[in-house]
Order: sequence, then C-alpha cells, then structure tokens
Amino acid sequence: MTIAGGWYLGLAAVLFSIGAIGVLVRRNVLVMFMCIELMLNAANLTFVTFARMLHDIAGQALVFFVLVVAAAEVVVGLGIVVAIFRRRADTTADDLHILKG
Amino acid sequence: MLHAAYLMPLLPLAGFVVLVAFGRRLGDPWAGWVGTAAVTGSFVAACVTLAGLSHVTPGSHRVFTQTFFTWIPVAGLQVKVALLVDPLSMTMAMFVTGVSMLIHLYSIGYMKDDPDYPKFFVYLNLFVFMMLALVLADNLLVTFVGWEGVGLCSYWLIAYWFRRDAAASAGKKAFVYNRIGDAGFLVAMFLVFEKVGSLNYLTVFAHRGALTGWAVTAVVLLLFLAATGKSAQIPLFNWLPDAMEGPTPVSALIHAATMVTAGVYLLCRMNQVLALSPGAMWTVAAIGGATAFVAATIATSQDDIKKVLAFSTVSQIGYMMLGVGTGAYVAAIFLMVAHAFYKGLLFLGAGSVIHGLEDEQDLKAMGRLRTFLPWTYGTFLVAWLAIAGVPPFSGFWSKGDILGNVFAKSKPLWALGVLTAVLTAYYMTRLFVLAFHGDARWQRAVGDRPAHHRPHEAPWVMRLPLVLLAAFAAVGGILNLPWAHRYSLANWLGPVFRGSLFESHATTLNQVVLETVDGAAAVVGLAIAWQLWRRRSERPELEPAFLRRVWYWDDAYDATIGRPSQVVARVAATVVEGRVIDGAVNGAAQLARSLASRTRRVQTGFVRNYALGIVLGLAGIVAFFVSRTWWS
Amino acid sequence: MTSLVLSLVSLAAARATVPDVITFVVGAVLVLAGAVGVVTSRNPVHAALSLIATLFGVAVLFVEENANFIAAVQVIVYAGAIVVLFLFVIMFLGVDRRENLAAEPLRGQRPLAFVLMVVALGCVLAMAASAHWVTGARTVTGPIDTRGRPEVAQLGTQLFTRYLFAFEATAALLVIAVVGAVVLARRPPSPAEPDAASTPERHDVPAGRIDGGPAGGAEAAPLEGAAAPEGAAVPGPAGMGAPAGSGGEASGPPVRRPEGVPG
Repeated sequence: MTIAGGWYLGLAAVLFSIGAIGVLVRRNVLVMFMCIELMLNAANLTFVTFARMLHDIAGQALVFFVLVVAAAEVVVGLGIVVAIFRRRADTTADDLHILKG
Repeated sequence: MLHAAYLMPLLPLAGFVVLVAFGRRLGDPWAGWVGTAAVTGSFVAACVTLAGLSHVTPGSHRVFTQTFFTWIPVAGLQVKVALLVDPLSMTMAMFVTGVSMLIHLYSIGYMKDDPDYPKFFVYLNLFVFMMLALVLADNLLVTFVGWEGVGLCSYWLIAYWFRRDAAASAGKKAFVYNRIGDAGFLVAMFLVFEKVGSLNYLTVFAHRGALTGWAVTAVVLLLFLAATGKSAQIPLFNWLPDAMEGPTPVSALIHAATMVTAGVYLLCRMNQVLALSPGAMWTVAAIGGATAFVAATIATSQDDIKKVLAFSTVSQIGYMMLGVGTGAYVAAIFLMVAHAFYKGLLFLGAGSVIHGLEDEQDLKAMGRLRTFLPWTYGTFLVAWLAIAGVPPFSGFWSKGDILGNVFAKSKPLWALGVLTAVLTAYYMTRLFVLAFHGDARWQRAVGDRPAHHRPHEAPWVMRLPLVLLAAFAAVGGILNLPWAHRYSLANWLGPVFRGSLFESHATTLNQVVLETVDGAAAVVGLAIAWQLWRRRSERPELEPAFLRRVWYWDDAYDATIGRPSQVVARVAATVVEGRVIDGAVNGAAQLARSLASRTRRVQTGFVRNYALGIVLGLAGIVAFFVSRTWWS
Repeated sequence: MTSLVLSLVSLAAARATVPDVITFVVGAVLVLAGAVGVVTSRNPVHAALSLIATLFGVAVLFVEENANFIAAVQVIVYAGAIVVLFLFVIMFLGVDRRENLAAEPLRGQRPLAFVLMVVALGCVLAMAASAHWVTGARTVTGPIDTRGRPEVAQLGTQLFTRYLFAFEATAALLVIAVVGAVVLARRPPSPAEPDAASTPERHDVPAGRIDGGPAGGAEAAPLEGAAAPEGAAVPGPAGMGAPAGSGGEASGPPVRRPEGVPG
C-alpha cells in the first residue's frame, strides 16, 4: 500500500531537531530564520501525515494556515532584520545583548 | 439620694476636662478655684450619698450598685463600669474627697507663682477622679483602671518639676515599682476570673468557694504584692521617700492620705477571699509588722523633714497591713482615716514650714519656728501628739485598736508593734523639736547654705485646711472608741466584713492594760526624744549610716537587680541586637543579594542562550512524559 | 523498549509498494540533505539553496501522502515566494558574509544544544512509538475523499465553512504583514534629522566604509541601542553606501535612488 505513517513522523521529528539545532548554533540571523522555516516544515509534514492516518481533512486545512502564517512571519521578520542590520553586514544575533542582566 | 453617687467621680473628671481646655487661660489662681470647686462638689455628693446610704436599714442591706454602661460584653466575661456604694466604699470616698478638697484649697496658696500652675490642678483633679474610680468600683477591672490611673497621676505629680533630674528619676522609680505590683494584680485577676468566671466583687464573694487551696493563697499573695507596690511596703517601698521630690501638697494627698491607702483598701475589699487563706494573712501581717518597724528605725535618722514623714507613712501603713493580716479590718480602716487626718496635716504643716523658710527642707537648718509660725506650730502640735499616740487624740485610739487585736492573735507581732510605737513617738518628737524648738539655726549660714530671712506664716488658704485637719485629728478618735456605739465604725463597717472580722473579745481589764501600755510607749518615746534633741541638733551616734541609707535597701536593689539588668541590656543592645538580629536581617538581605547576583548570570542577553533555555524546557517536559509512560 | 522495536517491525512489515518506497527515500534524502545543508553552510546563499532542496523534498512527500494541493501550495508559496524573499534580503544585506562556523563565543552552547535536542528527539520518538504513532478519533472534521475527486474540494469546503473565521483572519494577517513590512523597512524623512533627507548621497565615499557621511556616526548608536523600528527611522543616506559591499557598485544606484528621495 503505502508507507506507514510512523516513518513520516520520525522524519519530521528529525527535521525539526535539525532545525532547532540550527537555530541554537548559527549566529547569522538570516540562517537562523531559515532554520525556523525548517521547523515549520517539519510541523507541516506532521500535520499532513496525521491527516492521512486519521483520514481527516483538518490536518491539511491546518497546513494551509501554517503556510499563511509562516509567510506573514517571514515578511515581518525580514523587515525587522533589514531595519536592524541595514548598516553593518557583519552583525550577528550575538551583537544584540543589551538585555544582559 | 443614693443616686447622687455618680456625681462623685464625674465632677472631678469634669474639672479635669475644663482645666485641660481652659486651664491656661484661667491661670493663677482661678484654675485652682475651679479644681477645688470640682472636688468640693464631689465631697458634697459623697455626703449626700452617705446620708442616703445610712437611711437604708438594716445595715446588711447597705449595698447599692449604680451602673454606667457595659464595658466588655464578651461571652464569658461581662464587665460593667459601675459604682458599688456600701459602707466601706463610702467611708473611703468621704475621707478621700474631704482631704482632697482641703489640699486643693491649700495648693492654691502653695503653688502660687509656679509657672505651670494650671497643670498642677489638672493632674490633681484627674487623680481624685481615678482614686474615686478605684474606691467606688464594683469589680476588679475598674478598680485596676483606677489603680493604674492613680499611679499615672502620681508619676506626673512627682515629676512635676521635671526639669530637675532628681524629680524625673523619682517619678520613674515610683512608676516602675508600682508596675511590678500591678503585674501581681493582673495575675490575681486572671486567677480569679479563671476560677470564678467573673470579676465583679459581689459575684466573686458569692462564689468564693470556687477558689480552692493554692489558688486562693496565690490570689491573696498576688494582691498583696500589688498592695506592697502601691502602699509602699517591703519589698517595694523605696519609691516613697524618693517621691518627696514632688510638691508638698502632692506628698500630702497622694503619698499620705489617699493613694498609698489603696493597697489596704483592696485587701479590705477582698476580705472574704483573704479569710479563705490564713497562711496568706499571716504573711500580710508579718510583712506589715516588719515594714512598720524597719521604716520607723529609718525615720529616726533622716534629716529631710519630708523624708521623715515619708518613712513614717510607710510605717503607719505597715500598722494597717498588720491589722488587715490579723483580721482587724475595722481597726485598719480606722487607722487609715485617722492617719489621713494627721499625716495630711503633718505634710501640709511641713509644707508651710518649707514655704515659710523659702524651700528649706533640712531639719538641721530649722529651729525655734514656733515663734515665727504660730498657726503652723499649733496645728503641727496636734498632729504630732496624734501620731505619737498620746491620748486622747485619734492616733492613740486607732493604734490602740490595732494593737489590741494583734495582741489576741500574736504576742511577738504585738511586741514588735509596741516597739514601733515607741520609735514612732521618738522620731516624731525629734522632728518636732528640731523644727520648732531649740536654736534658730536657720539664722546662721552653714557651709554653702545661706542664712534665711525671717520666715513668714502661710496665707489663709493654707492655714484653713491646717486648722480643719487639726480639728479632725484631735477628735477623730470618736469614730471608733473601744466602747462601741451606734455610729462607730465598727457598727457601720460591720456588715461589710461579716464573718472575716476578728473580734478580740478582750476583757475590759485586758483592754485597759493594753491601752495603758500603748500610752506609756508613746510617752516614753516622746520623753526620750525631747531630752536628746532639745538642746543639741547634731548627734551622729544616734544616726548611723545604716539607718540613714535606708538599711542599704536601695543599694542592695541596685547591686542585685539594677546593675545586672544594665549588663543584660548592654549585651542585648550590642550582641543580640547588633550581631544576632541585625546579622540575621542584614544576612537575609545579603543572601538575597548574593543569590540574585548569581542567578542574574542566566540573563546573558544573548538570544541564542534564551532559545537554549526553551529547548531545555522542552527536553525536560518531554522526558517527564516519557518517564511517565515508560514506568507506568 | 520492546514497544519501540515492535513499532519499527510493524513499520517494516507494512505492505508498501516499491515506487512508494523509492519516492519516500528520495524525498527523505532531499529533506535531510537540505536541512543539514542549511545548518552547516557558511554562505547564506548556499543555505537558501539548501532550504529550497528541503522544501522541494517536503513537497514530494506531500504528494506521496496524497496531499497534492498542499504540495502545490508549498512549492508556490514557500519555495517560490518565501525563499525568494530570503534571497532578496541576503543580497540586500551583503552576500558574501561568511560566518565563522568554527568559533562559538557562548560557552557550552553547542554541546548543550546537541545533547538537549537529541534527548528531546529520542524522547518524542519513544513516546510516539509507544503510542503507536497516532491517537485520536478518525474523520472528525471531514473525510479526505481520494476516490477520483481531488481533495481540494474537501479542503475548500472546510476552509469556507468550518474555518471561515480563521480564513478571514489570515487575510487580515497578510494585509497587516504587508503594512508592517513597508513601515519597518522604509526610511521616513524625520524633521529632527535634516541630514537624513537633505544631505545628498555622497558618491565619493567608497563603499564598505561605515563612517562615511555626517549621519554615519549616529548610525552606530541605534544599532547598538535599539532593536526597534526607531533604529530604522534614523538612518541617513550616506550609510546606504556602506552595506552595499564590494559588489554593490552595480547594484548600488538602483537601490539607492528610491531611498534618496526625501519621503
């Protein structure tokens, strides 16, 4: 028939953790953003898999919404990135540490 | 007529309020007249109430309660502010208001030209109100309110000239000693309430069976502790000589006639409870007798005229306690009334002398005042004879009454009492002779004391009370002559003390012999002192340091209680307060600060660290759930 | 432990056709290779390209799971719009910035990140495996109709009836996002800084120098101090030259001219 849902879910989990590690380890803001997109994609994959396993359209509807939100988020986030990092190109996420306690 | 009772305490209270509000504006002497008028009104109300009470027959029905309001309406403890009008309280009220009235009048003259003139009468009026609250209360708690109130007014009045260190210290000393006694009063009240369930006198007496064994002895001893504080008995008597720093009218009123008798009154009021504990009563009698003797010995060696009278007061109250302890309540009250007359008179006379010699109080610097202060001399003579116990003055009959009762109960105590009577006559004669007879030593300047001008007699406002008190001191014996009559104190007070009163039932022969012994004792002491002190004013061998220093009592308290307390206080202030408490408080703050500075390092400011924190939380939660599913 | 093994065995024992398996493997490889590429690329452009690989792999997996419409939307929106946006910004902010991947200034960040994520991953997989990968009721919202008719109709029906409110909200969200982006990224002419608008751009200042221009010194402060849009409001025209980079001369004028107009 078709691949069992468990494989997809495992793959999505691994993708998610790779994305999380990327967020934690990379310093370039844009790459961190891309890693967040990886995590969102892992979530999408999970949703679609559950939609198939539970034979329910809701999963795909949710993916739809996640997609929209991801798009909006990227737009605004990149706007912020542009606003902050416009001047100097070699600034990284580590340069914003004014909230140090 | 009985309903006039409420005016007795309220008029002095009104006087107090008026003087507080307008005293300064009224000034010298109108403030004094307002105060005197208030107390006179109270005296008149007392007379009216007395008349009303005496019309009630038979004598055993003479108990009347007038309630103002309910103070504490708590379940289990009901305390009303109410007056108990019965022969005992009316006797007290009569002489309290009467003597207060005369002393208020006297003070108008004595305190003239004092810068704080109105303040004096404010305190005096408040004192009279508090004393009447004490005497007329129908339950222990309101009595205690009056008890504390008179202690407070005493403190204010002793330290009246507070800018003097000695006066301020004396006020403090009086208050602290009183406070120690008050602790006894409080615990006694707690005990009574716990056993009986009420603080009302009549209820307590009706249910006095609930006070068993140790409880009743404890109550009596604790009340006696309170009495030793208030009435200056051993062991709490040292404050009274120091209290002479106050103005002389204060000494006369508070520390002779009224406040110091409050302890005796309390024990007389609680006579039905005292009767349940013979052991406690013997303690009271023994301490009373001992105090009388010790104070009399001290009085023989004092130079300050007021201090002699102060120790004399301690000694006389010792007699009263001796009477109370042996069950001779009527005799004790008789002595109290007589003592109010002649001791008040003695103090007012001393005040007149001090006033006349412009604040000279040293006996060794007086002399031959009888030629210059005739009125003072005459009234003082009457008082002297009365207190010495020379018949037919009031002192002879009152002291004789007590000694007669004591003789039937305990020969040793009687002997002590007679010895004390000799000493009493001795030191009073010494005072009288040194002040009014002999050489006019005040004319010479000695050391750093300048010579005095010719002493002037007191104004009429001061002389009138002297004369009136002298009259009472002279004829006061009528109140309770040994052959009882219808209006004697024994008949009047009898119903109050029914059952607990000790009647000596001596034969007439015994009575006459005892009275002869009393008279002889007085004459002996008088004669000895007359001979010794008429010509010479300095006899150091008769005034040893041991007696002059009050048997070193103050020094003993200082060494055993005073200095150790100071050490404890110093330790508490430096070690306990500084290191332990401050250390704990500051240490807590330090701990918070150091914890915070360590915890603060989590806030690195780096977003990636915060993201790591999120992941840490995630890992934790997930691990927790896994552990739940796997080990379930 | 045993349940994990059992679930793996059940996976393997599932009856799957060969093309399915091949498709899955290809998609999985693409996904994972792309993900690793994103995380380990030093050049951000390479990272973006790896991201495209991942997205495409995910789309393939969507198709494999009979979510055709979603796969199409994924490619169009994600790979077609979002990644392009990423690339725009990368170009904007400097293409050849290379991050020094070897150094890690924060202590313990890398080891902890690896350990924690591996732990979390392991725990999630263990939990899911012990629950047999899926719990929940079937067909709650509506069945996926795969018999001939595409599932688009189902999706559409649900979106416009059951999830209508959310749908409209996303529309509003998109408008807000656009407005936000415009506001965030523009440089408004503020009267407090006449230098910003009035000072003409200086072409003699070589690109790459940060402190060229009167407002250059002021630029440094907002970068340090504010992560807020206020920082974007202050910049001066001269600073525009700096981040253009060495390759910016060619792309400079077209980028600068719109900003040079006082707004």
